[in-house]
Amino acid sequence: MTIAIPTFNLSSIGPWLTLTVAAILILLLDALSPKGRKAYFPQLSLIALAVAALQTWWLWGQSGTDFARMVFLDNFAFYFYLIVILGTTLTVLISRHYLEEWGKNLGEYYALLLFATVGMMLMAASNHLIMLFLGLEIMSIAIYVLAGLFREDARSNEAALKYLVLGAFSSAFLLFGMAFLYGATGGNLFIGELAGKIKEALPLTKPLTLLGLALLLVGFGFKVASVPFHMWTPDVYEGAPTSITAFMSVGVKAAAFAAFARIMFAAFPAFVLEWHMLLWVLAVATMTIGNVVAIAQTNIKRMLAYSSIAHAGYLLVALVAANQLGAVSIIYYLLAYTLMNVGAFGVVILVGRKKDSYLNIYDYAGLGFQHPVLAAAMSVFMFALAGIPPTAGFVGKFYIFSAAVQAGYIWLAIIGVMNSLVSVFYYLRITVLMYMRPAEADLGPIAFTPGLVAALIITCAGTILVGVFPGWFYDLAVASVKIFPAL
Amino acid sequence: MQQLFFLALAAIALISGVLVVFQTHPLRSALWLIVNFFAVAGLYLLAHAEFIAAIQIIVYAGAIMVLFLFVIMLLNLRRPEEAPPGYRLGQKLAAVALAALSAVVLVYGFFQAQIPLAKETTVSVGNTESIAQSLFTNYLLPFEVTSVLLLVAIVGAVILSKSKLK
Repeated sequence: MTIAIPTFNLSSIGPWLTLTVAAILILLLDALSPKGRKAYFPQLSLIALAVAALQTWWLWGQSGTDFARMVFLDNFAFYFYLIVILGTTLTVLISRHYLEEWGKNLGEYYALLLFATVGMMLMAASNHLIMLFLGLEIMSIAIYVLAGLFREDARSNEAALKYLVLGAFSSAFLLFGMAFLYGATGGNLFIGELAGKIKEALPLTKPLTLLGLALLLVGFGFKVASVPFHMWTPDVYEGAPTSITAFMSVGVKAAAFAAFARIMFAAFPAFVLEWHMLLWVLAVATMTIGNVVAIAQTNIKRMLAYSSIAHAGYLLVALVAANQLGAVSIIYYLLAYTLMNVGAFGVVILVGRKKDSYLNIYDYAGLGFQHPVLAAAMSVFMFALAGIPPTAGFVGKFYIFSAAVQAGYIWLAIIGVMNSLVSVFYYLRITVLMYMRPAEADLGPIAFTPGLVAALIITCAGTILVGVFPGWFYDLAVASVKIFPAL
Repeated sequence: MQQLFFLALAAIALISGVLVVFQTHPLRSALWLIVNFFAVAGLYLLAHAEFIAAIQIIVYAGAIMVLFLFVIMLLNLRRPEEAPPGYRLGQKLAAVALAALSAVVLVYGFFQAQIPLAKETTVSVGNTESIAQSLFTNYLLPFEVTSVLLLVAIVGAVILSKSKLK
């Protein structure tokens, strides 16, 4: 018997290959190089990420599938590649000094970070549910480990264990949902073909498909930290190393939303009413609980965790809108969110110092007088997260709520806007503390290392530029959602 | 005949599955889980998936369960002295109600979805050869990607358990 291997083009998964090879190279160099000569891993990771971004740029504009229809080649995936690469690049930049403080500047850290990035790309581009699941697991397992990187720290252990147990549980839900879809569609799991198969078998398999859809929603709801699947978020975000918290809040969210949006838009046009209704409720609950509980937080990492839940709620609004503008606003908002949130976590790392000694929000009192530039940067991020012009956060929210109005979900838009008014309180409280309260104690010197400064400059400038000149990014996003004819 | 085997195996799988959950001692749970794995392997055989059945026994009942038992013995778990904290009545009711609801949806769904299956035209669906065939053609990329997944898990395990990181 001869086996004919289908033809494929390696360049269509070029970015994955680059990052995988770089990660393995880092692991090998880590094992082979002598002690004390390992400072070059961040640079190596940055080079690999730059090459991957370049390869993505070359791929831009291609369409179709490859590897026996396993991988989508389309701008939707490529845009998310770029967002994820940006998130990882910024994470690498803010990591080094922080890890050195903890004595954990390991090669494995950067390798796992790159592996997780590969997993995220897989999620954005997979055309088959098994590929999607593999991507999700590669990403998740790498992040379970990274969350528990500080093994001596009890909170880091708690974060890793909690995320692992609940994450595995949610993966089981996702897999169970896929199994039902497999049965309901007669054994077809290609995302691009699911819609047709589901419609074909609809009279017979409606309950089964609905059950599969519900279980998929649970699985994705967990990964994007949506209420009521959000209980892990504050503890994990607080306990994990701050650089990993930043990575989780932007990378995992972007990848999960990429896969979530693609499946919902491409595979379930026959169940539009059902999933719109479900997600409407989830979106309202997620926004409201995230924002209201964030007000009560005094630990900055916990506050940003609840803020991240609230932002998942805004993104769900765009998903419910399910029109072209909605899809565009998901992409645009995730780009803006990556910039402003990693920026905020960069400031948290700088102010935290000495193994995260200063994480209380009252530690920010007086920062505006002692470190005016740092405080200004933090203010930009807080304004952006609150959605105040002229930042990218404002434009993103504007797109999201216009999409909801366009789709006829007026009340959803109203609830969303009210929620972002609530959020202004806790974001601006940080700014007020920085500028209008005297420092309770001398803040002491802050070590401005090149990586962190570069990350803050990129995120700060990016947050403002993407907000002031949204046109180019908007057009790119429009070009990349053309693949969903149903919108 | 086949139906008889199916019903027997399914009953064993279900009962052992329930027993896994209701044991207080983890060792007994693990042992019941082995019974469950064997019953499920039998179900795979009935579905002409002999390769999967063999893998189920070798990998799950063999390797993974031995690992489980080793870990349980190393941790030296004893019967807990006091009963674990119970759940509130509301939680119990919600859990039972949701489980019952999904059971109803499942049963209803399966009775409605009686898709006429192709009458066993090929006996080779689940055998080793056809699995290899699809693994190295259509599923080539997922197959390769799995290796990355395993590598990540290995590296992660080393980081979390190595005695001294430099």
